[in-house]
Amino acid sequence: METFLTILLDGLQFSSYLFIVSAGLTIIFGVMKILNVCHGSFYAWGAYTSAFFIGKFSEMGMPDGWGFLVILASAIVVGLVLGFLIEQVILKHMYHRDEVLIVLATFGLFLVLEDVILIAFGTDPYFAYQPMALLDSVEMGGIVRDVYGLTLIGVAAMVAIGCWFLLNKTKWGTILKAVIFDREMGIAMGINVPLVYTLTFIGGAILGGLGGAYIAPTISVAPGLGTEVIVLSFAVVVVGGMGSIMGAAIGSLIIGLLRALAVHELPQVELFVVFAVMAVVLVFRPEGLFAPAKPRKI
Amino acid sequence: MLRDNTSKVVFIGGILIIAFGFFAPNWIVNQLMFGFSRALAILGLLVLWRTGLVSFGHAFYFGLGAYTVAILDIQLGVTDVFLRLFGGACLAGVAGFFVGFIMRNYRDIFFAMLNTAISMVLYGIIVKTESLGSTDGFAISLPTIFGVAPETKYPLFVVITVIAMVSALLVNFYLKTTVGRLTTPIRDNEIRVEYLGFSVAHAIHLKYTMSAILAGGAGALMAMSLGQVDPDSMINWTVSGELVFITILSGPGNVIAPFIGSLVFEVLRTYAFELAPHLWQLIVGGTFLTIIFFLPGGIWSLIVKFGRNKS
Repeated sequence: METFLTILLDGLQFSSYLFIVSAGLTIIFGVMKILNVCHGSFYAWGAYTSAFFIGKFSEMGMPDGWGFLVILASAIVVGLVLGFLIEQVILKHMYHRDEVLIVLATFGLFLVLEDVILIAFGTDPYFAYQPMALLDSVEMGGIVRDVYGLTLIGVAAMVAIGCWFLLNKTKWGTILKAVIFDREMGIAMGINVPLVYTLTFIGGAILGGLGGAYIAPTISVAPGLGTEVIVLSFAVVVVGGMGSIMGAAIGSLIIGLLRALAVHELPQVELFVVFAVMAVVLVFRPEGLFAPAKPRKI
Repeated sequence: MLRDNTSKVVFIGGILIIAFGFFAPNWIVNQLMFGFSRALAILGLLVLWRTGLVSFGHAFYFGLGAYTVAILDIQLGVTDVFLRLFGGACLAGVAGFFVGFIMRNYRDIFFAMLNTAISMVLYGIIVKTESLGSTDGFAISLPTIFGVAPETKYPLFVVITVIAMVSALLVNFYLKTTVGRLTTPIRDNEIRVEYLGFSVAHAIHLKYTMSAILAGGAGALMAMSLGQVDPDSMINWTVSGELVFITILSGPGNVIAPFIGSLVFEVLRTYAFELAPHLWQLIVGGTFLTIIFFLPGGIWSLIVKFGRNKS
């Protein structure tokens, strides 16, 4: 029972952070049809920025509770700055090019940003344990969990609800859905599509940054952070269906729980299982498990 | 087979390079070996790239070839360079053939992603399996050639250059056959190719298997010239990205391009590591973006332009 609960909570926490990152990836893909490899960099930048400033603020003697503000602020700043720059300087000039070529361009950006991190923050790992220490731990069902990890699940739920609300209940959501459905028709209806693209990319980047910023206190923030997370979130969006928030939620639950199960019961297959699921889904339902099948366009 | 200019250049160039390698210092021979080994994989990716397919997972075949060499060496004690190469290329080819049945129905991003998934499955297995070397990998002994254990790396270099030469000639020949010409047409309009009476699925399957064999051979040669294999430099998705990068850098124009591209990549890597170890990815990424933006035809298009201005 205790093992079960541990697996469940571990899985949920892992899913939560995967979801926050993949939600950004899937929104960008849904609206702009860009498979954004440099999303991994947004994550890494978020993690580094928040770890760096949490450490700095703590040195300056600020109360540790400020850490949470720092996390949120880092995500927004990283998303705004990187998202805006990348979209305006690079991607904007590529929309007429081949989809695959855009993927390659974002891969180039990913490599560049990885090294800019090293230049900006150095190669030593950062530890920003303060917010985690602040929240202490709690005993539930016979196991001890730290509260910080549990709040991660709450944050993911908030992101999910926020996205759902934005897409379904606001004018912005209607505009987004119109652009997803038919870009040209959207333009004809007077939608400022370039602006929608810019804002979407920034929004997605903020989510990527938030994933990193929020997870930073629980890990050691070290180089190579983005490399693993990007393929994992690819797996998530592929399993759930690319371009759907619901899909990202389901995908991250499947991947997260499976991985937690593997870590506890059979650690040898930890990575294997994630990508095996991804490959199987791609083979049998390339459009994702829960997305409606589309006839292939010619 | 040797009638067109490309073949002539490959043939004569190959012989000249072998002769040059005899007098060249060791580090240059090493660079050439790494460059030519990797160029084999790029040859295969070039054929796919012309067809409009970009695989973000050919490190799967690359790694398969490399690890076959490692297993042959450590478990079975096979030292012969040709047996090892044959083993690596064959295993990758068989894997590519079977995966090809699925892959031939995929295009664009889905093609890239499914390849990534498959390569990461192998990565996941190897990283977590102690008996396969886990994250450390294996060291590989220097191969023997026709039963003779060479004292320097020069004989291995000759073998690699000859293999590279023959592969370039074969791919060049293939691209001139009818099935081989079905590259750009498939990229531009599949339906029309089908109307002309060709099976797009078959053509892609053949190209995919070919690229798998070439990538497997490349991995095998790379493992032998490096003298070691490990998952992060052989199978991780960043390796696939590197292969794609060299393909774009080389340009799809000619079978000679991959060799030039790979050499440029090796030189770039060596100097970047010497001058600024932390800037290596930045340089690669920056070059990548520059090529995509300003030189869609890769280095080869520069050579073509230069040649035209002269004549």
